[in-house]
Amino acid sequence: MIGIVIVSHSATAARGVAEIAAERAPDVPIATAGGDGHGGIGTVPDEIAAAIASADAGDGVVILTDLGSAVMNAEVAVELGEATAVIADAPLVEGAVAAAVTATDPGADLARVREEAERAGG
Amino acid sequence: MSTAGDAVVRCVAAIAAAIEADRDWLTELDSAIGDADHGGNMARGWAAAAAAVGELDEPTPETVIKQTGRTLMAEVGGAAGPLYGGSLLFASAELADGLTTETAVAFAETYLEKLTDRGGARLGDATMVDAVTPAVHALRAAIEVDGATPVAALAAAVTAARRGMAATVGLRASKGRASYLGWRSVGHQDPGATSTVIICETILEVLADELDEPVPSVPAVTVHDPDA
Repeated sequence: MIGIVIVSHSATAARGVAEIAAERAPDVPIATAGGDGHGGIGTVPDEIAAAIASADAGDGVVILTDLGSAVMNAEVAVELGEATAVIADAPLVEGAVAAAVTATDPGADLARVREEAERAGG
Repeated sequence: MSTAGDAVVRCVAAIAAAIEADRDWLTELDSAIGDADHGGNMARGWAAAAAAVGELDEPTPETVIKQTGRTLMAEVGGAAGPLYGGSLLFASAELADGLTTETAVAFAETYLEKLTDRGGARLGDATMVDAVTPAVHALRAAIEVDGATPVAALAAAVTAARRGMAATVGLRASKGRASYLGWRSVGHQDPGATSTVIICETILEVLADELDEPVPSVPAVTVHDPDA
């Protein structure tokens, strides 16, 4: 099964988005990374890399991010890690829900989960 | 005798001190076009990097730069974290066989490549890329074409970086937060290009000191201010 990682500048926002997505797809592994590691707003590549590793069930991970440097930090995390992971260019909440629901299809691969997340942008 | 790794540790500490000294200036530049956090973020990140590399056992140029990159990514908020930290982290692999003029050029080129890949900025977007690109080209030309000494080559790179930094004043920003200002970003010097120059100047000073050579005088660059 494809895993999902939610990255936000806010740890609270990341957990909230994961909560919404998990309500629709409770069996999909969803991990979060958010905050600057000191209780402030920001993102940290090592934390994103750890979230990718924890969401990966062997089939790969689709990452959804919020603004600006979260995307760059997610890219760094993907390059640092071992797991196959891709970043969806999608709205965070809608994309997370679409990705999680798509991942429940046993035939869904990485490309399709990303595509459905990106399609959620309208 | 101090090793090359020890020299790079000293260099990171010197950069942390230089950034701290110019922290308010960097914040002032950033407050004009961004979110006024570049000085504080960079000072915190480089101070943490200096502390982290000071703890390394038997530091090598590669391990020091790698640790610096990791620390900057974790400690510097905003885009400067992945841009500086990520680029240093990946470029550090070029120093696996030690620090020579050849590996220094390879390091600089990989740094530039990672920086532009990550940020998507090109020359003329009024970012740190405008300082780094001419600096890397000048370094390579000085070493590979002119056969300059390391100190002279780095002085050429500093001169080129300063010219690029000054050029960001007249440019309209099209990347990062400054781009939200549109044409109003013209007339402001880019904070990332400025911190890049501070770092290059510090590397030059440390290298000259390590090699017991005088720091060459690098011509100041007149900033063109279209509002003046």
